[in-house]
This record gives sequence, C-alpha cells and structure tokens, in this order.
Amino acid sequence: MNAPPRWLKPVVHLLAALPALWLLWAWGDLLFLNPASMQLSAEPVAYTHNLLGLTALRCLLACLAVTPVFKLSGWTPVMSLRRMLGLWAFAYAVAHLLFYMAMELDFSLTLLLKEVAKRQFILFGMLALLSMLPLALTSTRAAIKRLGGRAWQRLHRLVYLAGLAAAVHFILRVKGFQLEPWVYLVVLVLLLAIRLLPNRKRASRAAAQPA
Amino acid sequence: MRYLQRPDWHLPEAAATPEGLFLGRRQIVAGMAAAGLLPGMTAAAPAALASRRTVSLNEEPTSLEAVTGYNNFYEFGLDKGDPAENSGTLRPSPWTLKVGGMVNKPLTLDVDSWISKLSLEERVYRMRCVEGWSMVIPWVGFPLAALVKAAEPLSGAKYVRFTTLNDPKQMPGLKFPALDWPYREGLRMDEAMNPLAILAVGLYGRRLPNQNGAPIRLVVPWKYGFKSIKSIVAVDFVERQPLTSWNQSQPSEYGFYSNVNPDVDHPRWSQATERRIGEFRKRATLPFNGYGEQVAAMYRGMDLKKFF
Repeated sequence: MNAPPRWLKPVVHLLAALPALWLLWAWGDLLFLNPASMQLSAEPVAYTHNLLGLTALRCLLACLAVTPVFKLSGWTPVMSLRRMLGLWAFAYAVAHLLFYMAMELDFSLTLLLKEVAKRQFILFGMLALLSMLPLALTSTRAAIKRLGGRAWQRLHRLVYLAGLAAAVHFILRVKGFQLEPWVYLVVLVLLLAIRLLPNRKRASRAAAQPA
Repeated sequence: MRYLQRPDWHLPEAAATPEGLFLGRRQIVAGMAAAGLLPGMTAAAPAALASRRTVSLNEEPTSLEAVTGYNNFYEFGLDKGDPAENSGTLRPSPWTLKVGGMVNKPLTLDVDSWISKLSLEERVYRMRCVEGWSMVIPWVGFPLAALVKAAEPLSGAKYVRFTTLNDPKQMPGLKFPALDWPYREGLRMDEAMNPLAILAVGLYGRRLPNQNGAPIRLVVPWKYGFKSIKSIVAVDFVERQPLTSWNQSQPSEYGFYSNVNPDVDHPRWSQATERRIGEFRKRATLPFNGYGEQVAAMYRGMDLKKFF
C-alpha cells in the first residue's frame, strides 16, 4: 500500500472537527459575550442537538464512502481515512446522545429507556449508536489481531446497519414531508450498492483470461 | 340589547401602559431597522400601528429578533430561518380578504382600509409551538368575533375555515409539497367567537413582518402555533368540520383541535414541557397554554385524549 500523503489525515481531522469547534465557539459567544446572538438560531439547544446528529450521519456516510471511492478510483491512500471517519461519526453520535440526555432527560437512564420504548425514531437512533459501539471498541490494530481479520471484518459489517438505522432515525424525526433526510438515505443506498459491483482487479483479471 | 362585553382579564383603561412607553419599542424597532438588524426588513420597518394594550402577561416578551427570525412558515422554506430570508417576495399590500360561505353578508375586505378603521388592541400572549418551544409575543389586532359578527353567519354554520394565500410567485415554498397546499385551518364556531381569539395585523407595535404572516393572521393562544394560520386570504363559514393541512398530512399527530395539552403527547415527543425561547432549561407546559380559565368550558364533557 502506498503511504498516504502527509497532509491527508490532518486535513480530514480538521474538517471533521470543524462543526464541534464552531459549536464551542458559538456557545462561548452566546453565554459570555453576546446573549442576544442568533448564531445558534433562537433555539440554541435544539440547533446544537440537530447539528451533532447531522454531523454524526455525515461522518458515517463519509466513512461508508471510503471503500466506493477506492473501488472507483483505485486511489489507495483514501483507505487510511476509514477508521478515523468512523470514530468521528461515533464521537458525534455519543455527543448527540449525551446532549439530549443532559438537556431533555436530566441524565436519567429510566427516562431514556422509556423514550426508547415509546418513540420509534429514538429506537432507531439508539440502534445506530449501539451498532457503532462494538466497532469503536475494536478499532485498534490489536483488536484486529485478537479477533482475526475475517471475524473482525464480519463484525464491522454492522456499520451498514448503523448507517441505515441513522438514516431512518432522521426520516422519522422530521415534520411533514421533507426532502433532506431522504437525500441522505439515497446517498447511503448508492454507497452500499457500489459495494455490490464486481471488484476491479478480479474483474480485470477475469477479462484477461483466455476464453 | 347591545352592550360592550369586557372579559375580566381585560385591563382597565387606566392600567394599560401608555402607548410608546412600553419598552420604548418604537425607538427600539426603528433603531434596529436602521442598523439593518431586522431580518427580512432591510428596506424599512413595517408601518407603526396605534393600539391600546388590553391584555398583559407577567412574563418577559420574547426578543423581536427571535419573534421575526425564528418562524415555521413552510410557504417560504422548511428551515426556521427561511421565512425571514425568503419572504421578501410576499406583497402584503394591497390585500383582499374574502369572507363567505354560509353567511348573510359576504365581505370582500381591503385589509389596509379595514385596519385603518378599526380600533386595535395590543395583547401579549404566549405562543406554544407543537414542536416544544414557546414565545411571548405582543400582538396587535382585533377580536375574530368582530369579523364573524360583521359577516352574520347563518344558523347552520358550525365551523370557520381559514385559507392562506396560494401564489407560488409570492411564496416559493409552495413549489415543494411539504403539505397539501394551500394551507388551511379551522375553528369551531364557539372557538372563533371566544374573546381570546384574534386576527393579528401587527406585533411589537408595527404591521406584521412578512415572515410572521402579513398582512393578517389568526392568533389562538390556547392552541398549538400551527392553528394560528398566516397570511389569510379567505374565511369561510361551513357546516362540517373543515379539512386542515397538518391534520390531513398526519392525522395521528396533529388533531383538528390541537389544544395545548401537557397530558397528551405528540406520538414522537412529550408535550409535558417546553423550552421558552431565550431560556436553556425546559419549563412545564400549562393546560390550554395557561388560558384554561377562558377556554376550558368550551370543551367540557369532551375526551381531550380522543379529540386532541
């Protein structure tokens, strides 16, 4: 595998961190400098909650785009971004849940379980987060070794479930008919469909074989 | 016998804040407009309106920026910042309001001249959105009952149906089927006659900004915000309960009545609490949004879990 260019990882880390950095700065501004600021809309809590969730979904889609990009372009370095994008998605999803628990549920686990049982869209959100948890926990090289490549790979197919659950969570949440969450689902389905295309190398090798 | 009926929550003349002293609001609004701080009002602030404060509230009014910058008005986009940004295309003047259906006196009102003839009231009401946030807004308007009486509805008229403008040139959001356009809402006749129900033509002492439903909108403060239909072009008196937009789009989530009720959850979220814009912690939601004394009697004997 070619070594990825030096700038690649820091640039992607920075891009992924931008929404969090922006939120921190805007909250600091709102709480300490400009109490009338509308940067976070008139409802900063809801805005923050939505942005954390949306960013988690975007990072997850970016993570799921790595393999298709590699498949279509053959550019190996992109593969080095897969783990970090997955971890960013997980981090934003955890922040999304913690923020919700802090602002709406006063960190009560009982209330959380009640909400999960009562509201379908929260159930899907939890499903997405919980299917990412084992992936985050086994994201180290050591874990791959311990599990063995094959088992590790099988486990990490859970990411497809996480993506679908997250997209459904978003669709079920909005009021009325809105296009935006469906766009995310369509992108997700495309990213999954590309995986079903025959592999480049194998395909070209097969073509090279005499009939 | 005709007499002026004043509900007990009406302020006596002497207790009403002299117009102009209240927050020095004219100056504030004018100053903000000059500084270009009013979203969607870059050219000029809407015209000032003379009114007399008749209903106060011992709660701090929500800032003008929030009231005019955070709106659900899907005819101008689905994001709550969209209406302030996109509603410049709406032409609220001249504006014709047609009152018809089962009435003795169908009316075709030129809203501008109608407003100039009315003695307007300022009423500070809570506004509770079905999404779980709330505001306190100083509306300027007049009782809906005045319009109902002027039209002289027939005895068979049991409901009032309201319709919003349906012009994609003025309302770009109509090109997208977020709801079944035009936006329609409705009230039972006794609800329409309730003294709390008003037609608002202004807020914070000036004509309504476009994003708040210029030039004329309904305000029914004991119901979720979406019942308070904006930019009305038609009011019709009908026999049967009219179809309303949100109710049609998702009957299990948005009832015809949609009275604010902390005991009946929206299927996807609790209605027990709300976040007042400008505050971080949630506060308890009040039955009928705190207006039970004035409206609860209309629903006596009804199962509010069924007729939500």
